[in-house]
Amino acid sequence: MTETLIPFDEVIEKFDPALGLEVHVELNTNTKMFCGCPTEFGAEPNTQVCPTCLGLPGAMPVVNGKAVESAIRIGLAMNCEIAEWCRFARKNYFYPDMPKNFQTSQYDEPIAFEGYLDVDIQTAAGETETYRVEIERAHMEEDTGKSLHVGGSDGRIHGAEYSLVDYNRAGIPLIEIVTKPILGTGDKAPLVAKAYVAALREILLGLGVSDVRMEQGSMRCDVNLSLAPKGSGVLGTRTETKNVNSLRSVERAVRYEMSRHAGVLLGGGAVLQETRHFHEDNGTTSPGRVKSDAEDYRYFPEPDLVPVAPSREWVEELRSTLPEPPAVRRARLQKEWGFSDLEMRDTVGAGALDLVEQTIAAGASPQAARKWWLAELSRRANDMGVDLSAVGVTPEQVAAVQALVDSGKINDKLARQVFDGLVAGEGTPEEIVAARGLEIVSDEGALSAAVDKAIADNPDVADKIRDGKVAAAGALIGAVMKEMRGQADAGRVRELILEKLG
Amino acid sequence: MSDLTRKTAAELADALAAGETTSVEITQVHLDRIAAVDGDATAGVHAFLHVDVEGALEQARASDERRAAGRPLHLLDGVPIAVKDVLTTQGLPTTCGSRILEGWVPPYDATVVTKVKAAGLPILGKTNMDEFAMGSSTEHSAYGPTRNPWDQTRIPGGSGGGSAAAVASYEAPLALGTDTGGSIRQPGAVTGTVGVKPTYGGVSRYGLVALANSLDQVGPVTRTVLDSALLHELIGGHDPLDSTSVDQPVGGLVDAARQGATGDLAGLKVGVIKELAGDGWQPGVMARFQETVELLTELGAAVTEISCPTFVHSLATYYLILPAECSSNLAKFDAMRYGLRVVPDGDPSAEAVMKATRDAGFGDEVKRRIMIGTYALSSGYYDAYYGQAQKVRTLIARDFTAAFEQVDVLVSPTSPTTAFPIGEKVDDPLAMYLQDLATIPANLAGVPGISVPAGLAEEDGLPVGFQVLAPALADDRLYRVGAAVEAALTSRWGGHLLEKAPVLEGVVR
Repeated sequence: MTETLIPFDEVIEKFDPALGLEVHVELNTNTKMFCGCPTEFGAEPNTQVCPTCLGLPGAMPVVNGKAVESAIRIGLAMNCEIAEWCRFARKNYFYPDMPKNFQTSQYDEPIAFEGYLDVDIQTAAGETETYRVEIERAHMEEDTGKSLHVGGSDGRIHGAEYSLVDYNRAGIPLIEIVTKPILGTGDKAPLVAKAYVAALREILLGLGVSDVRMEQGSMRCDVNLSLAPKGSGVLGTRTETKNVNSLRSVERAVRYEMSRHAGVLLGGGAVLQETRHFHEDNGTTSPGRVKSDAEDYRYFPEPDLVPVAPSREWVEELRSTLPEPPAVRRARLQKEWGFSDLEMRDTVGAGALDLVEQTIAAGASPQAARKWWLAELSRRANDMGVDLSAVGVTPEQVAAVQALVDSGKINDKLARQVFDGLVAGEGTPEEIVAARGLEIVSDEGALSAAVDKAIADNPDVADKIRDGKVAAAGALIGAVMKEMRGQADAGRVRELILEKLG
Repeated sequence: MSDLTRKTAAELADALAAGETTSVEITQVHLDRIAAVDGDATAGVHAFLHVDVEGALEQARASDERRAAGRPLHLLDGVPIAVKDVLTTQGLPTTCGSRILEGWVPPYDATVVTKVKAAGLPILGKTNMDEFAMGSSTEHSAYGPTRNPWDQTRIPGGSGGGSAAAVASYEAPLALGTDTGGSIRQPGAVTGTVGVKPTYGGVSRYGLVALANSLDQVGPVTRTVLDSALLHELIGGHDPLDSTSVDQPVGGLVDAARQGATGDLAGLKVGVIKELAGDGWQPGVMARFQETVELLTELGAAVTEISCPTFVHSLATYYLILPAECSSNLAKFDAMRYGLRVVPDGDPSAEAVMKATRDAGFGDEVKRRIMIGTYALSSGYYDAYYGQAQKVRTLIARDFTAAFEQVDVLVSPTSPTTAFPIGEKVDDPLAMYLQDLATIPANLAGVPGISVPAGLAEEDGLPVGFQVLAPALADDRLYRVGAAVEAALTSRWGGHLLEKAPVLEGVVR
């Protein structure tokens, strides 16, 4: 089916977008939401199961207290109210990957509600704009199993020969965080959506409650979008694009759906209320299930569980141990380090904030720490295809390398070789300098001889310098450094050359 | 020794302790009795769906070895027991009386089964029941009805007709039942046996295949009040696998039964529930009930009439809450993981398999309740039905609270009638539901109840049950009053009521 897509600028001229984001986060508790099964990712299918998470007849759930604690901490970090008393409910529908054919979730009594999250976006002009995203609720529930459709062309259920179900995931604790409709973002809608998910991810990481690996599905985002005629103040019919699993995809999915909705509406049609699938490869969406208002989950309170009633003392205790909010922390660190906005943004963008902070704590200057992580080590991580934190060099080692540079034992160029040695596991920076013979030569005799040789080898260059073309000294410095295998202080070499030819 | 099957569990425990018999001997005579009288779907008592001859004898041998070594696990170690087929048993089929679970062998034990095994009681087998415990006659078992040992043309009550009939016909000294609206007490009443529904949460429900989670309780099915107390203390108490189980130890029940048996009820305040009598109550049932109330007075109790006006709504309330919960509970039976699997010709899709399996696997009563429950929970109807029922449920609980401010226990007939003929009410669900009129309020409020034999009705010579209800967690009062009634009546009758039952003919297979 060919969609009519309206250019983004034209969409903005004619419509107001309304966003809504539903984010599912798998908690990193050791055990599942309602049983004692382990939660480790990647185990052999159906090995982390028991009567309860398989929904065997007679089995009963028991609430995981650690999951409740994580849910409360998430709620507090999102500035939510925490329920004094709330229940689980059954969401009834049939699906083979759901063992009981109902999901134990929360319905009208979420553990956390009425919060907000301020998110920053960068405008084209390089300025920062802050949007307040209001949080409707955060509730606890269990994950379903995972279906694998075998046969057919695209791994989807249609056309498959048969399906396999892995229940290892069934019962993993989930927190679903739902925003209120986000209005008034205009052309920033795609950026705000992305920034919200990024900010949420950062908060969750800071809380340590989830791995938040979007690519592994431990954080899954459903993007709701509708358009209304510009200035009308109404809400249009929405679509729900499911499982948008990267920050970039969140932005693209919003952008695409805005263009598609506008195409439907300007063509005189009506947007269908439906779920849609996002395609990472080309950034488009395609229809899923039609979601009619008649869909009826027959929610009712789960009679096998007692209500969750967190005491106010406990909630306050959890509040008092919350980490500093990421945005507050960033502002503090930027001021402490004297970074420009751009330097700070690059540091955060590279995922280097913690590493830089730890490197500074280990004694390096802020600029030196930033330089090594963002230039040298980011490049290496990129080449290796790993996260910066997995590049094989610790903040303490970076600080130690910088200390060697500061003391004049090595220069930046030699430092790169030290990093080679660190990545290869050759020992401490000092050991590597010694083993590889990287220390700068300060023997004036050897240096002087090398300078003499360079002058003798390059008479033309030497003449130019004698004629006052000091800039030509670079060529001789290069020759000396080559002769000295880089282990010379370039400043001293320059001085010697100018002395001898001056 | 005289016929071991005629002995109570307490007597068997004493005999074992005295070295007069062995668990193997006791278990074997019960297995022999089952072989002789239980028959099958077409004839005989048919209390059992599955008999575990090998397993029971193996457990009995182990028990005898422990006892010989001087290390019995429990007072009841070696006394065999029957288990209602709604409780999961590792390695033993568990069907819940339904085709949809035919052949399913659970990989785990219900907590009560774990406790019974840990105490060393050999498990004789699994007892028949109405499909998924829906019914008051055991006629809704997919495997054929259980017959009342008093008259094999009549029902043994339900849903736990199998457990009650097994105990009444001396196939087992003890049985486990479950009671959602009377499934322990009403079969007890119509078979002349004792049945107890403990306080909600008093006994773990883990491994009880739920009918209605907020109403279900596991309880003892026995021939004497003392035996029920012994079994109740064994299975009761907190279970970390059931967070709705009460977090306090169970105890004092056996003591209460022994104290009650002395016949002294001085100072006890008894309330007769006004609403549980009247039109539709069989005269012979009411006569035995009145006599028993008079007996309480003779034993020193102060009897008054108590009105619980909301009880008249309990049946309607129950038949909204129960179907709602069970419609959701039974959704898991979809052929994807266990049990029956029907694949329709030409359409092996998950949805088609689910539909075909559920169509073939569930009986009519189950389907009826799934439909009612699905409707009651539906958007737009929830408030009017399920929501309203929950409110009335609260009012019923308040009636109990108010009543127990005035009296220590409440009493009523357990069931409005004696055992009716098999087939009589099968096509009239409402008439069937009325059987549980007197037992349902206790489930809605979570309070405990006991049914003890009160004699035989004049008009048909069939057993009548006397129900005693107590406040939540005051289960000991049931045993005190129940044992007093039992002691006085057995002495009046010159023996247990069951001794008046006809001698069962052996079934020729």
